[in-house]
Amino acid sequence: MFIIIMGCGRVGARVAQMLTRSGHEVTIMDIQSSAFNRLGPDFKGQTVLGDATDQEVLKRAGIDRADAFLAATQGDNRNIMASQIAKHVFGVERVVTRIYDPLRSDTFAALGLHAISPTIIGANAFFEELTGQPASSATV
Amino acid sequence: MYAIVAGGGKVGFFLARELIDQGHEVLIIENNGERAEFIANELGNVVLRGNADEASTLAEAGAERADVVIAVTGDDPRNLVLLQVAKRRFGARRTVARINDPRNEGLFSMLGIDATVNATQVMLSVLEQEIPQANLVPLLKLRNTDVEVVEAIVDPRSRVTSSTLREVELPPESTIAVVIRDGAAFFPNGATQLQAGDEVVALTRGIHEPTLRRLFFSER
Repeated sequence: MFIIIMGCGRVGARVAQMLTRSGHEVTIMDIQSSAFNRLGPDFKGQTVLGDATDQEVLKRAGIDRADAFLAATQGDNRNIMASQIAKHVFGVERVVTRIYDPLRSDTFAALGLHAISPTIIGANAFFEELTGQPASSATV
Repeated sequence: MYAIVAGGGKVGFFLARELIDQGHEVLIIENNGERAEFIANELGNVVLRGNADEASTLAEAGAERADVVIAVTGDDPRNLVLLQVAKRRFGARRTVARINDPRNEGLFSMLGIDATVNATQVMLSVLEQEIPQANLVPLLKLRNTDVEVVEAIVDPRSRVTSSTLREVELPPESTIAVVIRDGAAFFPNGATQLQAGDEVVALTRGIHEPTLRRLFFSER
């Protein structure tokens, strides 16, 4: 698969490494060139400097032929906007979006984005470690 | 009418003041504490301090009973997302966005925002209307495409007047739809020869606009 990742933070860089090592083609984007240092010298993918909420920059990254898109910046809004561009403007098949705010995450999951909320996943994991009970037994 | 204004900068502040003067119920959502305090001092108890892009803030603001939510922050992704949440999650009846990057206009309407205001575009169209030498006026943009309806008045120096439309090299993907001459409209064909002063209504893609402009205005 050819996968574009928006945001070269700890998570984005790690997923990029995992994907290239599993044989996938990866282009990772960030608005700060220093972020690409996280990839290490042996990274086999491409890097593109620029904002993925800008359609021209996405084209430069090759969005026209991308099989999948991951939005993993720190900003929920930018992740959501870029994901909707990838899905609705460029017709990318698989679009995955990190959304911290659980309520926003629910809303955009209902709108068809594959939303992953680290807030919910983290809170559930902490609850289970602390109590030994399944997180599904608790209500928020 | 109940209006929620997301963003208490200059645009949000003056907009809210006007709406209050007209007798509407208004709530401004402003994240910055000092700014929120300033607005409360000037306009009274009409400020909610918080992030308008957090769904919980919109819930607190009563977005579900809002007749209109207006997003006027300087950040396009924030304006887009908070309006989508207001509409889809809370059922706000109408959503209006300020757009900072003019290229986002089509995207916002495609993603369900009811209306957009784009200061760059407004200023450009005012400028174009006031510069007679380059009077190619965008009349409207066809929804969700880059196809525009433009109007021009043929300049006396333009080379289009020297030959019939069949012989004129129009830019690609451009059509002259209607010509208005001496107050009467007609649909031109290949034998039509344009004259100085003709009002021409054409369809074109945005990228071909400069070529079309040169055609109607350049010297022979």
